[in-house]
Amino acid sequence: MSKANAEAVGTVSAKATSGIRSKRSGMTDAKEHVMKFIFTLCGIVAVACVIMITVYMIISGAPAIGKIGIIEFLFGDTWYAKEEQFGILPLILTSIFGTCGAIVIGVPIGLMTAVFLSELAPKPLKNIVKPAVELLAAIPSVIYGLLGSMLIKPVIYALEEMIFANDPTHQFTGGANLFSAILVLAIMILPTIINISENSLSAVPPEYREASTGLGATKIQTIFKVTIPAAKSGIASGVVLGVGRAIGEAMAIMLVAGNSANMPGLFNSVKFLTTGVVAEFAYSSGLHRQALFGIGLVLFVFIMIINFILNGILKSNKKTAKSEKK
Amino acid sequence: MAANVKENSLCKKHRRPSDIILQIVIYICSALVVALTLGMIIFIVIRGCEGMSWNFLSTPAFSYPYENYGVLGNIINTLYLVVITMLVATPIGVGAAIYLTEYAKQGRLTQIIEFTTETLSGIPSIIYGLFGSVFFYNIFKVNYSILTGALTLSIMVLPTIVRTTQEAIKTVPAGYREGSIGLGAPKWHMIRTVVLPSCIDGILTSVILSIGRIVGESAALIFTAGIASEINISSIGDIFSKVMTQGGSLTVQLYQYAQRGGAELKYAFSTALVLLITVLIINIAAKLVAHSVRKKRG
Repeated sequence: MSKANAEAVGTVSAKATSGIRSKRSGMTDAKEHVMKFIFTLCGIVAVACVIMITVYMIISGAPAIGKIGIIEFLFGDTWYAKEEQFGILPLILTSIFGTCGAIVIGVPIGLMTAVFLSELAPKPLKNIVKPAVELLAAIPSVIYGLLGSMLIKPVIYALEEMIFANDPTHQFTGGANLFSAILVLAIMILPTIINISENSLSAVPPEYREASTGLGATKIQTIFKVTIPAAKSGIASGVVLGVGRAIGEAMAIMLVAGNSANMPGLFNSVKFLTTGVVAEFAYSSGLHRQALFGIGLVLFVFIMIINFILNGILKSNKKTAKSEKK
Repeated sequence: MAANVKENSLCKKHRRPSDIILQIVIYICSALVVALTLGMIIFIVIRGCEGMSWNFLSTPAFSYPYENYGVLGNIINTLYLVVITMLVATPIGVGAAIYLTEYAKQGRLTQIIEFTTETLSGIPSIIYGLFGSVFFYNIFKVNYSILTGALTLSIMVLPTIVRTTQEAIKTVPAGYREGSIGLGAPKWHMIRTVVLPSCIDGILTSVILSIGRIVGESAALIFTAGIASEINISSIGDIFSKVMTQGGSLTVQLYQYAQRGGAELKYAFSTALVLLITVLIINIAAKLVAHSVRKKRG
């Protein structure tokens, strides 16, 4: 509707300008052209930024990968900067495991909260939960890190001591391990998951629910068998956004991940792709610094893949929405 | 027979146990989210008050000639970052939104611009940090500077401004434009006098949201704006030359306090409290603006 209107305005304005052009002074015409040029430039800035970021990430990341060897860099299992051993397999795996863990914990909780907000909550309760979610989204990531190191680490350490009490081979991490990092990440992706899931649940047409309850389904049955399946592509895009947020997060998990490049294990001190870069950037130089940019490039490739997946989901959403309208 | 029918009828509502369990799960999850948020805030407020004092707020952090804990320097740095970033990003973002809604024809270029804007919002801040540190080093030849940080952040908040402004421009009724065009106004004149004034609060919302993002940002700043906490302003010229010097934001200072741990931990919490209050104020401001927009539109 609004698009049609905008197009109508476009044609109207085109006709109007062509009709009046003769009466208008050359100055105004020049001004119009200049402004149009400026706005077009502004529009292209985003494109230029993405191109520049891509080019610069490749320029600064590729040399290290070339020198170390792409196989050794990606699949080498030792990261030891002092001896110039730059294998980032443990970092890649940690990032993947950490993200998966955060999704496994965060998505169910987030989805249930979204269901509560869009389907079940009475207004007064909604007025409490909704601002809480908004606040959760607004809290800076360093604060998550600080709280994680003060609140989650001790709990996980106690758990670790309990589990590994009779295991002399286990290296105690003091709670700074993959498990703590997963918990922090799970909390951090909650607002993303909740907001997007809630929006897509609310967008499900009420007729669907009415048909379901009309057939005798209970409210909960309707939610889980009709509403959630109907909103699944929206929820999927929320999950993908959550993945992107979790894999790119650095500051929140700096203080809780432990920072040694071990293979991922729930109670191992680990290094993520992101924390590796932040922890070592300041004192790195030469090949080490280049290798960190190599890590950045790998992370960038991950993010671009996630972006394309997200774009695909959003496009198919639009298509189904259009075909439903027809 | 009759009794049997009544037992199975809908009159006696059958409660499914799985429904009750699921409902309880849903309530627990929502309660958990609220409890997490409240718990975090209360914890920060309680621990943050320990190190809070007028001295903490009114002096910068320095270690010579004696150890002093303060955040004034970082508050000033954060203000610099906010102002410069918004000065750069707002015109470009609003301009891009105007191009997309008023000038661009639906086509390849629009699609590419929208896709890249989407991409920009998906790139994690640490990548911005790495990019900014190399790209702007090539231009300014300074390792760390507030300007480098601010320009990096400008790219980061661009998608927020473009998208929010675009939404605001789309809500301007077509009749306004038609009226203006019908009176013979050229396009730019129409945009300047009709479109922009009626979506000014949408732009304001986007600016407030972006400020929130800047204040909370840390990973992109460590590599670009650095970690210094001195004020270093003694003359009017310094106000401008400070832009080219290192300057750590509040978040960066908080991270440093937290990393050192021990006695400085309480100052980490005090910094967190300052940050939290700032973020709260920004959030409320964004809400108020959005609310007034809704009221105006009825």
